[in-house]
Amino acid sequence: MSVLIFVDQTENHIKKASYEVLTYGAQVAKQMGTTAEALVLGTVNDDLASLGKYGITKVHQVANESLNHVDTQLYAKVIAEAVTASGANVLIFSHNQTGKAVAARVAARLKAGIVTGACALPDTSNGFVVRKTVFSGKAFANISINSPVRIISLNPNSYQTVAGEGTAEVSALNVAVDASKVKITAVNKVSGEVPLTEADIVVSGGRGLKGPENWGILLDLAKELHAATACSRPVGDAHWRPHHEHVGQTGVQIAPNLYIALGISGAIQHLAGVNRSKVIVVINKDPEAPFFKAADYGIVGDLFEVVPKLTEEIHKMKAS
Amino acid sequence: MKILVCISKTPDTTSKIAFTDGNKKFDETGVQWIINPYDEWYSLVRAIELKEKDAAVTIHLVTVGGADCDPIIRKALALGGDEAIRVNSDSTDSYFIAAQIAEVAKKGGYDLIFTGKEAIDYNGASIGGMVAELVDIPYVSLATLFELNGTTATITREIEGGEEVAEVSLPVVVSCQKGVAEQRIPNMRGIMAARTKPLQVVEPVAADTLTSVVNFELPPAKAGVKLVDADNVAELVRLLHEEAKVI
Repeated sequence: MSVLIFVDQTENHIKKASYEVLTYGAQVAKQMGTTAEALVLGTVNDDLASLGKYGITKVHQVANESLNHVDTQLYAKVIAEAVTASGANVLIFSHNQTGKAVAARVAARLKAGIVTGACALPDTSNGFVVRKTVFSGKAFANISINSPVRIISLNPNSYQTVAGEGTAEVSALNVAVDASKVKITAVNKVSGEVPLTEADIVVSGGRGLKGPENWGILLDLAKELHAATACSRPVGDAHWRPHHEHVGQTGVQIAPNLYIALGISGAIQHLAGVNRSKVIVVINKDPEAPFFKAADYGIVGDLFEVVPKLTEEIHKMKAS
Repeated sequence: MKILVCISKTPDTTSKIAFTDGNKKFDETGVQWIINPYDEWYSLVRAIELKEKDAAVTIHLVTVGGADCDPIIRKALALGGDEAIRVNSDSTDSYFIAAQIAEVAKKGGYDLIFTGKEAIDYNGASIGGMVAELVDIPYVSLATLFELNGTTATITREIEGGEEVAEVSLPVVVSCQKGVAEQRIPNMRGIMAARTKPLQVVEPVAADTLTSVVNFELPPAKAGVKLVDADNVAELVRLLHEEAKVI
């Protein structure tokens, strides 16, 4: 019996979302009176023993280069074997792009109940009940997992990462890896930008900015805050900004610590993508904009005047 | 070429979310039901586009649900599906549902199985991966582009901070999102034709139910927005720094 946490990597480095699930998984293990172990697939340059800092006692690694890229079929087989080999009865993923691709597939292979998009620690006092967001963040559901092996995928940015002291034992796991049937022919990453789904702060613009030529004030604010940039659907559809920046029901769903919306009215479809943000700031000249009802802080005013001032004040605050 | 498109019934995006029965059930009062947007706008429409390019393509629709799903299935047929299969069960457990779809998929021998990236009610994002595992074929998730050349699919999929392009031989399961296709509206000819298209109702096969809903909860109401004067931007910065502690 143990809790096994899947550690997601990209380009030989552990992803930020993985540290969050490691902390979360260690806490799950603690409340169940068992140990937390980690599973790393592929080759990584990071020091795996240092995962002990997050409460991990043992790291299993399948250091096969063909696992450096996610193929759901291979991953499901390898992860399922690792669960069996380690004797884990709880398996934890981040509900990021990799988790969405792989976790459910592993669940089907192991015939294990799964709750995806979890947002809190499971209630293990009587059974195993996991809280998750449903209806695109408009409600929560508490779901009981009734199988011997339980799988959780945790919404990114919903648990505080805590690093302490400790060293984990690193152990090589030998699992046969099949040839991949999926050939990756290109990888295009937006370089130099903070990935939207991993960002602590997101600055987002809507039609209120009036045109792509006016994005400079938004980019200045984002730069000052080391924030990722996003946009509303009409802005993406009009190609003022690249499609991958579109947040909302049909775009990317995010949950940063701070979401700053500039000139976005806050249609329900937009809110569905951002309402898990911890703090929402809305700047809009229309006091009737529905977004103010979902916001924590707001300024009713002309964003072309307010935003440069905001950037300047943040700069001053940081300098002091 | 046979394509299977998975369809689920969801409340319209603008529906009021409320619960009844001691918060154990979704309150359906006054709710307008739609085809899950990811299933409709992206995966179904892309399947229709493939059929328009190649008359040898047939599109089957599958849903797992009660008779109340029939209007949604008819709408999907009106958009351009050829035949539909409804597995008669109101289960909400993703493994049970995936097992039903996998059964349909195995019997039908499909070259391509499309799902939406998630359903907008339970936000599970699970069915595609489970079906792929149960049928034992590749699965490519979060597709933003889908092209077919003979029996090879070229799929652009979202990854953290970018995208990657994958090539895979059929059969494959693909979960679709924005970019794969654009929303369409059914025309009168389609609506008329849909009335006589086959909608087969089958009983579910035996499968385990691995999860159950204990209850639902609504989030606590927001405390209300704190408005700061446009001439006092420094106060907003102070609040974000000292009160909210996010900068």
